[in-house]
Amino acid sequence: MKKTVFLGALTVAGLAAGVAAAGTLDDVKARGKLNCGVTTGLVGFAAPDANGEWNGFDVAVCRAVAAAVLGDPTAVEFVPTTGKTRFTALASGEIDMLARNTTWTFSRDVDLKFTFTGVNYYDGQGFLAPKALGVSSAKELDGATVCIQTGTTTELNLADFFRANNISYQPVPIETNAEAIQQYTAGACDVYTTDASGLAASRATFEAPGDHVLLPEIVSKEPLGPLVRHGDDEWADTVRWTLNALITAEELGVTSANIGEMSAAAGNNPEINRLLGTEGNLGEMLGLPADWAAKAIMASGNYGEIFEKNIGESTPIGLARGLNAQWTNGGLLYSPPFR
Amino acid sequence: MTTLTDPPKGAFRLSMLLNDTRYRSFTFQGIALVLLIVAVAYLANNLMTNLRELGLNISYEFLGSPAGYDINQTLIDYDSQSSNLRAAFVGILNTLLVAFLACITATFFGVIAGVLRLSNNWLVRKLMAVYVEIFRNIPVLIWIIIIFTVLTAVLPGARSYLGEDPEKDLLFGYFALTNRGIYAPAPIWNAGSGVVVAVFIASIIGVFGYRRYATNLLYSTGKLLPMGWPTLALLIVPTVLAFFIMGQPIGLDAPDPLANRFNLRGGIQIGAPLIALWFALSIYTGAFIAENVRAGIQAVSKGQTEAAAALGLRPRRIMNLVVLPQALRVIIPPLISNYLNITKNTSLAIAVGYADITATLGGITLNQTGRAIECVLLLMLFYLVISLGISALMNVYNNAMKMKER
Amino acid sequence: MSDTHSESVAFVRDTFIPEQPAPSSATGVVKWLQDNLFPTWLNGLLTVVSIFVIYKLLASTMPWMLNGLWNTESLAACREVLDGTTGACFSVITERWNQLLFGFKYPQEEYWRPLLAFGLMFVALAPVLFFDLPRKLLIVTALFPFAAYWLIWGGAIYTPLLALAGFVVGYFVYAAFVKGSFATGFFGGIAAALVVWIIGGMLIPEGANDTAMLKAVPSRDLGGFMLNMMLGLTCVSLSVPLGIALALGRQSDLPLIKIICVVFIEFVRGVPLITLLFVANVMLAYFFPPGSGVDLFLRVVIMITMFSAAYIAEVIRGGLAALPKGQYEAADSLGLDYPQAMRLIILPQALKISIPGIVNVAVGLFKDTTLVSVISMFDLVGMIRGPILASTDWNGVYWELFMFASVLFFVVCYGISQYSQWLERRLATDHR
Repeated sequence: MKKTVFLGALTVAGLAAGVAAAGTLDDVKARGKLNCGVTTGLVGFAAPDANGEWNGFDVAVCRAVAAAVLGDPTAVEFVPTTGKTRFTALASGEIDMLARNTTWTFSRDVDLKFTFTGVNYYDGQGFLAPKALGVSSAKELDGATVCIQTGTTTELNLADFFRANNISYQPVPIETNAEAIQQYTAGACDVYTTDASGLAASRATFEAPGDHVLLPEIVSKEPLGPLVRHGDDEWADTVRWTLNALITAEELGVTSANIGEMSAAAGNNPEINRLLGTEGNLGEMLGLPADWAAKAIMASGNYGEIFEKNIGESTPIGLARGLNAQWTNGGLLYSPPFR
Repeated sequence: MTTLTDPPKGAFRLSMLLNDTRYRSFTFQGIALVLLIVAVAYLANNLMTNLRELGLNISYEFLGSPAGYDINQTLIDYDSQSSNLRAAFVGILNTLLVAFLACITATFFGVIAGVLRLSNNWLVRKLMAVYVEIFRNIPVLIWIIIIFTVLTAVLPGARSYLGEDPEKDLLFGYFALTNRGIYAPAPIWNAGSGVVVAVFIASIIGVFGYRRYATNLLYSTGKLLPMGWPTLALLIVPTVLAFFIMGQPIGLDAPDPLANRFNLRGGIQIGAPLIALWFALSIYTGAFIAENVRAGIQAVSKGQTEAAAALGLRPRRIMNLVVLPQALRVIIPPLISNYLNITKNTSLAIAVGYADITATLGGITLNQTGRAIECVLLLMLFYLVISLGISALMNVYNNAMKMKER
Repeated sequence: MSDTHSESVAFVRDTFIPEQPAPSSATGVVKWLQDNLFPTWLNGLLTVVSIFVIYKLLASTMPWMLNGLWNTESLAACREVLDGTTGACFSVITERWNQLLFGFKYPQEEYWRPLLAFGLMFVALAPVLFFDLPRKLLIVTALFPFAAYWLIWGGAIYTPLLALAGFVVGYFVYAAFVKGSFATGFFGGIAAALVVWIIGGMLIPEGANDTAMLKAVPSRDLGGFMLNMMLGLTCVSLSVPLGIALALGRQSDLPLIKIICVVFIEFVRGVPLITLLFVANVMLAYFFPPGSGVDLFLRVVIMITMFSAAYIAEVIRGGLAALPKGQYEAADSLGLDYPQAMRLIILPQALKISIPGIVNVAVGLFKDTTLVSVISMFDLVGMIRGPILASTDWNGVYWELFMFASVLFFVVCYGISQYSQWLERRLATDHR
C-alpha cells in the first residue's frame, strides 16, 4: 500500500491501482471491486444505456460473480475492450475476468494461456442478407461482398467456409458493429456475417427488420464464455461455479422471485439446499460466504431469467433458447452437480 | 577550453570529477549511461518476469503459419492459406500504395489551393481559405470516417448496375461508380503489346532527349525551340502508330454486369475503403501543403519578380525561372514532413477496413494469434524504416536543391 | 498674349466645370465586383464556378439542417415525424449531449466540476498566452493542475495537496541552492520533493477517498470531449519541459547524451501515434512491475507525452539554431556556465521564437487525441462510434454526430491557430 500511495503522489494521481499477483480472489476481495472486461458496445450482451449503466447478458455474468464474491452486484468496474486489447487486458491483470463473447478455442486456451470457465452462450456464425437479394443459402453467395466484424474468429471461419465450398467472396473487415451495419444497409456489402446472436441483435435496430433474413447456414461453433488467466485455479473455480450456479438454479426452479424464501431456511431438496448454502459448506470450500450462490442468483436472476431479460424473445433482439436451453429441454446447458 | 594559465598540475583527485570541467562531462555521461542501463534492465526484467508468470514467451513462429483469413485488395498473390508474413507483406504494399497515391494528389490539391489563395479573385481566395481552415482544424480520423460515410451513402450500390436491364448503365460503357468502389476496365496484353509498350518508353526517353537538346541549344546559341506541342506529339504519335501497326494488341477488359449476381466481374476494382482513405488523406494534407505553398511563394521577395521583369522576361518565364526555383526551396522541407505525415496517417486505415499493415499485421493477425508484443514491435519497425527511408531520400534531394553559396 | 489662343483654338473654357461623380464603373459595388470577381475572363469563369459550388453545397445541406428535429425520442421517431422528407435528427445531440461532452459514466450531478475546471483553465492559460497580463496571475497557473486534478477526479484533497507541497518544497530547496550551483539546486529540489511525497504518502490515512468532499471518479469514467481536452492539455504541458530537455540534449557536446536524445526523437517521430497507443494498450502493461496495474489513462498520457515531446524538441531545436551565434559567445564571455547561459540567455530567446511552432504541435496533438478511440477509450469520437451508434435508439445517425464533433474541434483548433497567428505577428520584431 505504501508503494501505491507513493506512486500515486508521484504521478499526481491515485491512478495506479494496486493489483497484487498472488490470488485474484483475494485481490478482488481486498479491492472491493471486480474488474470485468466487456465489449465496447453490443446491444443485448453488453452496452451502456443512456444513463451510463451497463446492461446485457455478459454484464449479468459479471454482476453475478461480483455478488458471489463481494456480496454486491454493483461492485463491478466494467472495462470496455476491443478484439485487439481484450487478451492483453486479461493477461496483464488489468481485468480479473473477461466476459466478452469470446469463443473458446484450443489455441486461446493452450497457447495464450487462458482458462475458459464454461460456456454461457452457444453461438455460431451466421449470415444476414436482404430479402430482396433472393438468396436462400450461404452456398449461393459466390462472388458476394461480405461485411465482417473483425476481432473475433469470424474472419477465419468465413475463409474456411468459402474455401470448403470452393466459392469466392470479397471480405470487407469493419472494426465496429455499428459501422458494419451502416455498410450493409447502404448496400456496400451483400451480406453481413458475425455471430448469429449479434446478427439478430443488429437486425432488431434496422428501420425495417422484416426485409432481412438470417441464412440457414451456421458455419461455425462459437461457444462463448467467460475466461480468466491460467494458473489461478481458485479464481477460475469461483467464476466457473458462479456460472454453474446460475444454470443449476434454472434447472432446479430457483428464481429471483422465490430465492428469498428458499434461501431463508433449508427446504426439502438437498441440492437446492447445498446450492443456496442452507446445507453443507460449499461456499467455505471456495473461500466464500455460505450464501454466495444465493447472492449471485439474486443479482439478476437465474440463467433463464437473464436470457429472457436481455436477449430473449420478449426483447427486441428476440433470440430463441435453441442450443442454450437446459439439457432437460433438449439444449446443451448441463451444469455439473453441486455436491 | 583555452585558459591563460596552465591547468593545475598534480595527481588526479576524485573531486575533480565534479569540479573540473575537463572531467565533468565524463561524470555526466557515466551517470546517464548507468541510468539508461538501469532503466532498460528494469523494463526488461519486468517484461521477463511478467511473461514467465503468465507462461508466455516471445516467438515469431506465428509469422510462418497460415494466416487463415482473406484480404479484399491485394497487390501480390494471397489466399487464406498464405502465411502471416505474406499477409503482412500484402499490408505493407497496400500501405505504400495508398501513401504514394495520397502524396501525389495531396500535392496536387495543395498546389492548386495554395496558388488560388493568392488569386486576385476575392471569392476564390475566400473559398480556398475556408477549405484550408476547415480541413486543417478537424481531426483526420473524423474526415476519414465522414468521407467513407459519404461514399457509402451517396454512391449507388453495385446491384443497380447488374442484370439484363440495370437501373444504371456503365459510364462510357466501362466505368461503374458504386459504394463498393470504382470498377474500371483493365488492359488485356495480347501478343505484340510488348512492342507498343517499348515504343512508348522509347518516346518518353525521346521527349527528355529533345528537351535537353532544346535547353542546350538555348544556352549555347540563344535559339528558342517550341516545347509544348513537340513533347505531346513525341509522346502520342509513335505509340498510336505502333498500336495500330501491331493490330491493336491491347484490349480492354470492361467490368461485366452479367457474370455475377452480386458484383460486377472483370476489370479492376478499386475498393471504397482505399478511395475514402486516399481522398481523405489527400484533401486533409492538401490543406497543409496549400499553406506551405502560399508561404513559399510569398517568401520570394517582390524585388526578384520586378528584377526579372526589368530584364524583359515574360510572366510565365518569371514564374518558371525566377520565382518557382526560389519558392521550392522554402516549400520542400515542410512538404517532406507532410509526406511523412501521410505515410504515418495511413495507419488510420483501420477505421475504414482498408487492409494496410496496421489492419493485417497489427489487426487481424494480432487478434487471431494473440501475439501482441511481437506484432506491435514489427509494426513499429516497419514504420520506422519507411519514415527514415523517406527522410533520407528527401534530405539528399533537399541538399541537391540547396542554395549553392559561393 | 491672349489673342494668340483665340486664333489657334476655337474655344477656351474660362470657368471650371462642376465636379462629377466618378463613373459608375470605377466606383462602389461595380468597381469592387470588377476588380475582385471579374478582372479577366478566366477569373470570371472561376467566380461563376465558385458560386455554383457554393450554391450546390448550400442547396444540399440547408433543407436538411433547417428541417432538423431537436426533440424526438429516437431515430425511429425522427423518421416517423419526417415522413420521407429530408431533415436532420439533431435530437441525438439534445438527448446525448452530456455523453458526448463528459462520457457516459461521469456522474451527472458532478458535471459542474469539469465545467469549473474548464473555466479555471482560461484564467490559468491567460498569463501564459498573453504577456501583457500581470505576472502575479502565474500563481493561478501554477495552482491550476492540482485544482483541476482534484475537481475532475475528486477524492481526497490530500493527494493533490501533497503533490503541490512536494513541488513547493522542491522549489524552495532549488531556490536556496541554485546560487551555488545549478546541479545542486536542481537535484536537491527533486530529492526534497521526493522526500515530501514519500513521507506524506505514509501520512495519508487509508480510505481517505471514501470520506472525501468531492466524490472520487475513476479515470475510466472520464470520456467525451472532456477526455480530448484533458489529454491534449496534460500531454502538451508535460511535454514542453521534456521537449526542452530533449532539444538541449540533442544540441549537447556530450556524445552519449546526444545519441540517446537523437535515437529517442527519431524513433518517436518515425512511428505513427496509433502504434504508440497500441504499445500503451497492449504492451506497456508488461513493462511495469508485476502486479502494478497502471491505469490506461496514465499509460496513454505517457505515450502521447513522449510523442509530442519529440515533436516539440524539434521545434525548440529550430529555435536554438535560429539564435545568432553571438548570443552563445556573449554568454561564454560573461563567464556564465552552461546552466546559467541556457537559463538566462539562450532559452528565453529560443523559447520565444519557438512558441508559434509549439502551438502548431499542440493543435496537431489535440486533433490526434481522437485516435484513442481506436484503443477502446470513449473520447468524443469513441463515444460516437461506440455506445451511441451501438444503441438501439440511435443506430444510423451519422451526420448529426460527426457534424457536432467537427464543430467542437473546429472551434477549439481554429481558435488556437488564430492565437498563434496573432502571436507570430506580435513576435515579428523585425521590420521587413
